[in-house]
Amino acid sequence: MNLAYRDIRHNLGRFLLTCFGLSLLLGVVLSMIGIYRGLVEDALTLVRTPKADVWVVESGTRGPFAESSRIPGDTREAIARLQGVAVAGSVTYQSVETLYGARKLRLYVVGYEPGRPGGPDHIVRGRSIGRSHYEMVADVRTGLSIGSRVELGRDTFTVVGLTDGQVSSGGDPVIYITLKDSQQLQFELAPPAARRELARGAGPGNTDIINAVVARVLPNVLPKSVAEAARRWKHLAAMSQAEQELILTRSVVERARKQIGLFTALLLIVSAVIIALILYTMTMDKLREIATLKLIGAPDRTIVGLILQQALAMGTIGFGFGALLISSVKDYFPRRVVLLPEDGLALAAAVIVVCVLSSALGVRLALKVDPATALGG
Amino acid sequence: MSASQGEMPLVHVRNVSKHFGEGETRVDALRDVSLKVHPGEVVALLGPSGSGKTTLLNVIGCIVEPSSGWVSLDGEVVYDGRWLRSDLRRLRLEKIGFIFQFHNLLPFLNCTENVAVVLSLAGFDKDESKRRAIELLEYLEVGHRKDAMPANLSGGEAQRVAIARALANRPRIILADEPTAALDSLRAGIVMDLLRKVALEQEAAILAVTHDEKIFDRFDRIFHLRDGRLDDQAPST
Repeated sequence: MNLAYRDIRHNLGRFLLTCFGLSLLLGVVLSMIGIYRGLVEDALTLVRTPKADVWVVESGTRGPFAESSRIPGDTREAIARLQGVAVAGSVTYQSVETLYGARKLRLYVVGYEPGRPGGPDHIVRGRSIGRSHYEMVADVRTGLSIGSRVELGRDTFTVVGLTDGQVSSGGDPVIYITLKDSQQLQFELAPPAARRELARGAGPGNTDIINAVVARVLPNVLPKSVAEAARRWKHLAAMSQAEQELILTRSVVERARKQIGLFTALLLIVSAVIIALILYTMTMDKLREIATLKLIGAPDRTIVGLILQQALAMGTIGFGFGALLISSVKDYFPRRVVLLPEDGLALAAAVIVVCVLSSALGVRLALKVDPATALGG
Repeated sequence: MSASQGEMPLVHVRNVSKHFGEGETRVDALRDVSLKVHPGEVVALLGPSGSGKTTLLNVIGCIVEPSSGWVSLDGEVVYDGRWLRSDLRRLRLEKIGFIFQFHNLLPFLNCTENVAVVLSLAGFDKDESKRRAIELLEYLEVGHRKDAMPANLSGGEAQRVAIARALANRPRIILADEPTAALDSLRAGIVMDLLRKVALEQEAAILAVTHDEKIFDRFDRIFHLRDGRLDDQAPST
């Protein structure tokens, strides 16, 4: 006879309410893990999109994401001619803020050369950029649609295509424009400043500057050897794709990663304390029944089983509800929440361990109950 | 009196003493108590509050070990150093039935399950436990409430279900703690008649702690405890 099941059935409403409360808590823990994963995923999206093998940036920097990097626009031709390079493309990256109607839009602008690495890796609606000016491909998270016109700098751009899943490490949605447009946006002086420069004889200023060159190597060529060749130019630094990803995860999102990790650990501890208190209270409510069971000859394992099974049922149902809840609302979070099966399984295992450990208080209390307390007097 | 005094007693307590604490805080709950209860006997244990009734019940019920003395239950000497806590638990399960003042039915089990749980603990399979539990409930005339939860039973019905639970393992010794205290005189009489019936039909020994004067005449013998000592073992009539 399963006493745990029958006790739960008897107090079903209270038990389910407790499970619901626990599920909210575990849902928050799961969402924190998902936010952490999303943060890393977001940070890596931009660096993975060009499908590059080698990143060439300004010497002495770890750009273009961790630090700013400025290199001459003709660097791409030089890199493309290196032995073992299949194709190379110039890219620029910058954050802008603009208005779309009455709505403030914070965007991460990627400039690339159409037909070369650096552009969006897929289009979900519309087409790629076909003209050399004033067209853009925007991520669906911008809220823009095909045909939307957005002012960037002194020019107006038309959305011709939509992509998805493209955000910066700060969570801003990405838009893609041509390299020429992005260079104007990033490096061209405003007319009053340009006039002042001309007046002092400095010339119009060079806008053929890029932030990085991304290169793909030929099959059977080691990216390391291409990077070494690029580093021979003293004004350039080069790193492999793996090194660039490491910089992003270890530098750009490291603090946020640690913060979320610490918060998740704290939440798990709070969950453990709450589960322990719930189980302790549930056991306190049953002391007379436990004493009666002991008096009529129930072995300790029956009493321990009663508490442990209820703890596990509560943990399992709480986790199940929590996972279901977060899975159904994760797309409404302002930032990406990535729920991986292995994270879910790890948390489920942690919850089981927490339940077993937390039930120790209740089990200790139950085992100390004197069967004589079932008798009066 | 229904038992033959020549028969081996089911409960035999000899020179049992029990004290709690030491030195100035020492309390002598039982002092040199001896008694015998034979099969078929229904005996009462009377005494004022603090006289040691519950302690004696606990000693006989294998819950509290005496400080000195000798206790035999159904021919087996307990507390002689050979018994582990789990052995005493097993002895309680197999040989002793308990009836409580406030029935102490498990609120999350229905009447049948409350009786069957004892059989289940003793190793009976589910169907056999249920069948025997229903039989017992019918024997105690509460078979019509077999699916009811304890909260929906009257005091008399609940006490009869509690008696059914106490009888589930066919124990030879039944210890009752104020079994009729929560009942009116009519229902108290019915419960005592049931206990008498069980004692005769199952050749069980029934030892009840009570203050209930309206049922004193239902006992074969009454033991009076005062300050931990047994005063009198005279028949009640």
